[in-house]
Amino acid sequence: MSDTNEMSNTSEQRRQFLKTSVGAAAVAIAPGMLMFDMAHGKTEAVSGKVRWGMLINTANCEDCDKCVKACNKENGLSGGLSPTDSQWIRKVELKDMRTERSLALPMMCQHCAEPPCVDVCPTGASFKRADGIVLVDKHICIGCRYCMMACPYKARSFVHEPLHDQKPDVPRGKGVVESCTMCVQRIDKGLQPACAEACPNKSILFGNLNDPGSEISIKMRTEASTQVRADLGLDTGLRYQGI
Amino acid sequence: MANHSPLRFKNRIFYALVAAGGLVVLMGLYAAHMMEGHGHIITGMNNQIVWGMPHVFAIFLIVSASGVLNVSSIGSVFNKPAYKARAPLAGLLSIAMLAGGLSVLMLDLGRPDRIIVAMTRFNPTSVFAWNIFLYSGMFAAVALYLWTMMEKRMNPWSKPAGLLVFVWRFVLTTGTGVIFSFLVARQAYGTALLPPMFIVMSFAWGMAVFHVAQSSIYEWNEKLLDPYVQKRMKNLMGVLVIAAFYFVAAYHLTNLYFARQTGFERFILLDGGIYPLIFWIGYFLLGNLLPLLLIYHPALGKSRSILSASLLIILGGFSFLYVFIIGGQAFPLSIFPGYQVTSSFGDGAIGLYQPSLPEIMLGMGGVGIAFLITTIGVRVLDFVPHELPKSA
Amino acid sequence: MSKLFALLAILCMCASATATEIYGMPKLDIGKGGQCVADPQWMRKNHMRVLFQQRDETVHQGMRGGKFSLKNCIECHASLRDNSVTGRADSFCEGCHSFEAVKIDCFECHSSKRSSSLVQGESK
Ligand code: SF4
Ligand code: SF4
Repeated sequence: MSDTNEMSNTSEQRRQFLKTSVGAAAVAIAPGMLMFDMAHGKTEAVSGKVRWGMLINTANCEDCDKCVKACNKENGLSGGLSPTDSQWIRKVELKDMRTERSLALPMMCQHCAEPPCVDVCPTGASFKRADGIVLVDKHICIGCRYCMMACPYKARSFVHEPLHDQKPDVPRGKGVVESCTMCVQRIDKGLQPACAEACPNKSILFGNLNDPGSEISIKMRTEASTQVRADLGLDTGLRYQGI
Repeated sequence: MANHSPLRFKNRIFYALVAAGGLVVLMGLYAAHMMEGHGHIITGMNNQIVWGMPHVFAIFLIVSASGVLNVSSIGSVFNKPAYKARAPLAGLLSIAMLAGGLSVLMLDLGRPDRIIVAMTRFNPTSVFAWNIFLYSGMFAAVALYLWTMMEKRMNPWSKPAGLLVFVWRFVLTTGTGVIFSFLVARQAYGTALLPPMFIVMSFAWGMAVFHVAQSSIYEWNEKLLDPYVQKRMKNLMGVLVIAAFYFVAAYHLTNLYFARQTGFERFILLDGGIYPLIFWIGYFLLGNLLPLLLIYHPALGKSRSILSASLLIILGGFSFLYVFIIGGQAFPLSIFPGYQVTSSFGDGAIGLYQPSLPEIMLGMGGVGIAFLITTIGVRVLDFVPHELPKSA
Repeated sequence: MSKLFALLAILCMCASATATEIYGMPKLDIGKGGQCVADPQWMRKNHMRVLFQQRDETVHQGMRGGKFSLKNCIECHASLRDNSVTGRADSFCEGCHSFEAVKIDCFECHSSKRSSSLVQGESK
């Protein structure tokens, strides 16, 4: 029973999400969705026409951790908080040192267009997909952790222990580095990332930055937003409002 | 006949040394095996302090491996006979330490079984990948150099080979420095001062390591080091230690100059707990002041005190790297300048690190490898410096 | 229901019994079995190559749904008893790999369980 409920829920969200990203995004996603459902048809390679991004409105972000929980569930993370546990997304509490204003926001891989992690990776395991998603190819990562040293946002985790019972769509394993994948397994199916879907206040807006008509592009055009550590010039795929 | 029993005694010591070195190496390998089975959870490293004790050892060994070649460069590039006689030993030490350092670095990887991947896939933008190339090239260059020196017929080539090594080791140490100076987002590292600093430090540490090796070998062979050579080398070592200290001071002072770095400097030099302690006592006092005193004080400066000075300089090198590598990571990244931050992932908090036994064993294993290669090399091949007694 | 599956499994084993007896090959629990995406003998020889190729396409270019996917293999070939391709001497992947003495690197990271079985398990 709950099964069908969940299904209709997702498909409704999917439909709604599709409605919002018209134009190029829809063109890019739709064949993917259709073909995925066909038994053995391979989907097309992702293209640079799309650049996935997220706009996070800190004004709506309240004292909850639903995005973190959703990420852990989707990607099979333990949710442990010890210094050796993986955290792909975390809630950061900020307090302005002069004005004492406090706020909170979710922090994760910023999916930089000029990612330092990719520059420094000796093997090319860290790479940027054509659609802007920065990933680790865990088949080639040797676990040197240089990318973790280079990431300015501390977005990456190293798997310190053997893992069991991984999710079939999210392989993870000991000895390699991992980080937020923007839920690539969902994006490739035409869904939005789990965190964006889970936020009760819709603080996380996911969409195609390359499509001028997408909701995220429109919002970024009309409202102020900023990159974290914009001074580094990494052209992050994640933008924040209210910091 | 009378010579017989000391010889046998020496043989016994040799085998004891090899056995001891082998044991240390085995312990290191065992630690690596444990780390591979259990994962890095059994080390003190975590998601905040991602490079730990193995990297302190590995970088010390690699940097000194380049510095030790100082001796041979002065010999063959600048034509100083006293140094030339020592060039083969310097080459051997260099190869030995490079092998030790690289083994540690490799065995610390999360997936050491994929080392082939590291060598076959090459990301040209990665400093780390260049370094893998530089390190293996260094092996080849030094081996070539040794060959030209030890094989009579090749002797005419030893000068160009020496030059190649000379240039290569500059690039190599620069590369090691650049590994860190590329990390622009981290307060401790992103400065162009690091490559020259590493080069000068490599000179000082390399000289110290060379001194320790040379003293032991002379003691072993019951030879006495020519006082003239001894004086020259000790003075050079003193100068290099001062130069290295100058760079470290410049590094911290420039950091202090930039307002956004003062927090970091406060942490490393004043209130960071263990790190200032190691910096001031381990690096400054034991690693610089005391050795300089031992070298330059008129009443001291004899072979014993120079040996102690060398050992202290090595200790200082380890202390410096500990503070630099681990202290540098422990200081929180400034992701949101101007804000006070807290999170479950250690944002805004000092990273905690407690070196564990396996990682120290792994690091020691690298030292063991260097020791073993040197000991066997000196014994099997002719690496003892042959003094031409004319200057005495 | 489970009895039926067990019966099926036994039947499958009987069918392959002749070959295994002749060549001393391992008896494998081939799970659901059925029509393979390519000729079985060809797959025995080449599965690693096609898996590698598809894995690179999927990871780097986001090409999904190709026929040589590890998930597909597991979907058909996980044992009907424990929904897994590893863990027992006759498990589909493990049985053959230990016979050939080739290390399987996949399942340190990839789930060895039939994913449809996991979805059901979760919603319970
Ligand atoms: S946030 Fe860090 S891990 Fe993500 S792309 Fe940028 S540098 Fe790489
Ligand atoms: S840990 Fe893996 S992804 Fe990171 S730099 Fe090393 S090889 Fe690349």
